[in-house]
Amino acid sequence: MPSIIGIDLGTTNSLVAYVEDTTGLPRVIPDAEGRPLLPSVVAFTPDGIVVGEAARRQLARRPADTVYSVKRLMGRGFEDVKDEARYLPFRVLPGDGLVKLAVGGREVTPPEVSAVILKALKERAERHFGEPVERAVVTVPAYFNDAQRQATKDAGRIAGLDVVRIVNEPTAASLAYGLQRLSEGVIAVYDLGGGTFDISILRVKDGVFEVLATNGDTHLGGDDFDRVLALWLLEDIAARHHAELDRDCVDLARDPEAMQELRLAAEAAKIRLSADERTTLTIPFAGFTYRRELTRADLERLIEPLVARTLGPCRRALADAGLTPADIAEVVLVGGSTRVPLVRRRVQELFGRTPHSQLDPDEVVALGAAVQAQILAGGITNMLLLDVTPLSLGIESLGGIVNVLIPRNTTIPTSAREMFTTSVDGQTVVDLHVLQGERELAKDCRSLGRFELRIDPMPAGMPKIEVTFLIDANGILQVQAREQRTGKAASIEVKPTYGLTEAEVARMIEDSFTYAEADVETRMLIEARNEADTVLVHAARALRQGAELVSADERTSIESAVAGLRAAREGTDRDRIHEATTAVNRATEHLAEVLMDAALKGALGSRRASEILGDGG
Amino acid sequence: MTSNDYFEVFGLPRKLAIDAGELQRSFYALAREHHPDFHQSAPPDERARVEQRSALVNAAYRTLRDPIARVDYLVRLEEGRETREDDRTKPKAPPELLQEMFEIQEALAEARVGALDEATRTTLIDQRAALRARLQNEDGRLTGPLSRRWDSAAPADRAEVLAAFKTALATRAYLRTVIGDLTEALGEETDAVHHRN
Repeated sequence: MPSIIGIDLGTTNSLVAYVEDTTGLPRVIPDAEGRPLLPSVVAFTPDGIVVGEAARRQLARRPADTVYSVKRLMGRGFEDVKDEARYLPFRVLPGDGLVKLAVGGREVTPPEVSAVILKALKERAERHFGEPVERAVVTVPAYFNDAQRQATKDAGRIAGLDVVRIVNEPTAASLAYGLQRLSEGVIAVYDLGGGTFDISILRVKDGVFEVLATNGDTHLGGDDFDRVLALWLLEDIAARHHAELDRDCVDLARDPEAMQELRLAAEAAKIRLSADERTTLTIPFAGFTYRRELTRADLERLIEPLVARTLGPCRRALADAGLTPADIAEVVLVGGSTRVPLVRRRVQELFGRTPHSQLDPDEVVALGAAVQAQILAGGITNMLLLDVTPLSLGIESLGGIVNVLIPRNTTIPTSAREMFTTSVDGQTVVDLHVLQGERELAKDCRSLGRFELRIDPMPAGMPKIEVTFLIDANGILQVQAREQRTGKAASIEVKPTYGLTEAEVARMIEDSFTYAEADVETRMLIEARNEADTVLVHAARALRQGAELVSADERTSIESAVAGLRAAREGTDRDRIHEATTAVNRATEHLAEVLMDAALKGALGSRRASEILGDGG
Repeated sequence: MTSNDYFEVFGLPRKLAIDAGELQRSFYALAREHHPDFHQSAPPDERARVEQRSALVNAAYRTLRDPIARVDYLVRLEEGRETREDDRTKPKAPPELLQEMFEIQEALAEARVGALDEATRTTLIDQRAALRARLQNEDGRLTGPLSRRWDSAAPADRAEVLAAFKTALATRAYLRTVIGDLTEALGEETDAVHHRN
């Protein structure tokens, strides 16, 4: 078994992978039911914390206590996210720098929520290997700043994982591709995920993957496609069903459950429209059912401005690399949102070549993380990744101007040294304000933190403090200071602007063990029960609506399966609950199809539901 | 490898003619040797040393692969200045352009107080194009004949070449600043990094 696992901690889905000893190839580790993806959703229920598919099913049921897309909140302050927080059904609060979430009757930080996801993946790997796993490579968007990277590392520590390396997602993807087909030349990796966009330009030569430039937008992804579609649907519903809405005094925009249903329906329709030209949306609300046909062209009109926003970063990355689109030998697509045909068209137009995506865009980043893990474990020695820092690093100088010490796209690790002195006699503290960004004024850049150097008192101008800023291979800043006359290391107190202090992380590590959420077994039992509940609700509804549409025999077999599941759910045998759940699903399959047909018949004539909905349903 | 001298890091003499392909091959070899990825199981202080070496190799490559940065570094090295803190080349206007610069500064001052009219705009664009050509010319001279002069100069003549480098670098810095100001006045995108390099 490998000593280090690779984790893709995604906005929408997360995965864990490792390099198989026998083949030397990276493999994704599936869950007990064979599913490779773990939905990045965490629900804080009265029974405990659930994560993944079971939590995803709580989205519409417990919107206020079910956290999704937490990656967009990592390393962020309230000011950064308050616009999008309006659309989130759970409460986002201003914390001390970092935002906090009020869910399930408590306050948690984004790294703690991410830690729940990481822990689930860690346990998945441990189940697979039958041994404890302690070290991991975790991927982040290339355009993540220092605070967002640090937050990811903190999440790992809270989950009980030593994050030995933070790797950029597009570069991880290039490693996965590189391992399988080592073509040499300059490649562009276009990575559009659920919440973030990255473009990286790399030169691949002699096993070295040298990143030439990277750019992106950490707040742009498939989530935004879903949101614009959901908001458009909301207007359409208001226009078509104002009578029912007025009658029942319903304001859908203020109903978190309805909004979550709408968002999930929008996401599902978007996914179907990647394969089909048109699709039908059916969303049941309390007093009516909304139904309409949507074409791919409708969707493209809505998302066009968002897709266009990815092209500016592509051009800037090319310019920074000193290249033109003609210099790019291959374009690789990464991230689930690159399945959207409009995205593919725009990428093709920009680079003038057909982009390729032989490796599953959902899995390729995790596979690359596993490759990097294997390199760090010493299992692969012919590949080397040379990444860059995505944003310029500087310090605030007189007049609020940023003095750039390390320009963006510098190969990491990298360091810069700078001399400082005092301006007042006997001064013992020198305050450095470190910033990240491309603007000239400190107020327009991202504040990373304040560093207080403490030195012995001397006359003004006498101390010569040499400060070394090192950006390590994770893209994370480390600062060291030394007073040259005395040779003494100056002590540094770090006050992260948007991060957790050491003490806070330590407390969270402790808390994570005292969470009543307890051991794996309990959690899996809770998940199985949650799933059983969902299936029972669906079965009861189906029986209510369609009892007369099927034979008495079929009704009886459904009822007995339901009774079996009710009994199993009360017990603690997880396998029995799973089996009984599957039995109910199987027993209601035909009834569900009959109901769907009946529902669609009115609007769409006599075609069968399966023809209209396609295989995705 | 114990030296901090970028040329020595790559085992090169202190000369400006460097073969780009050869430099890249050496860089990849050194990167493999010193990258933290391959020293994960070393003790912490050894790993810290490796990280610093790796940072040095990266910085050396970044500097030496760019012919202008290479000259700038050589001047600093020859003058024994290690950090960049107080040696940032002071921009200096080329004497033959003083009259023209005066006009540009006037136009810029006007642009700052009021909106640009179409005629001034066109003038600024033309002047910027002229300055860019002048900059390209300066860069060509710096990386071409001047660099070759350094490589073949006898030790006694080196001071003179260094002085010529410094004048050319100061001119360059000045031209870039004015081009940046013009770009800003024209309302086009500039950023901190481009402005400063």
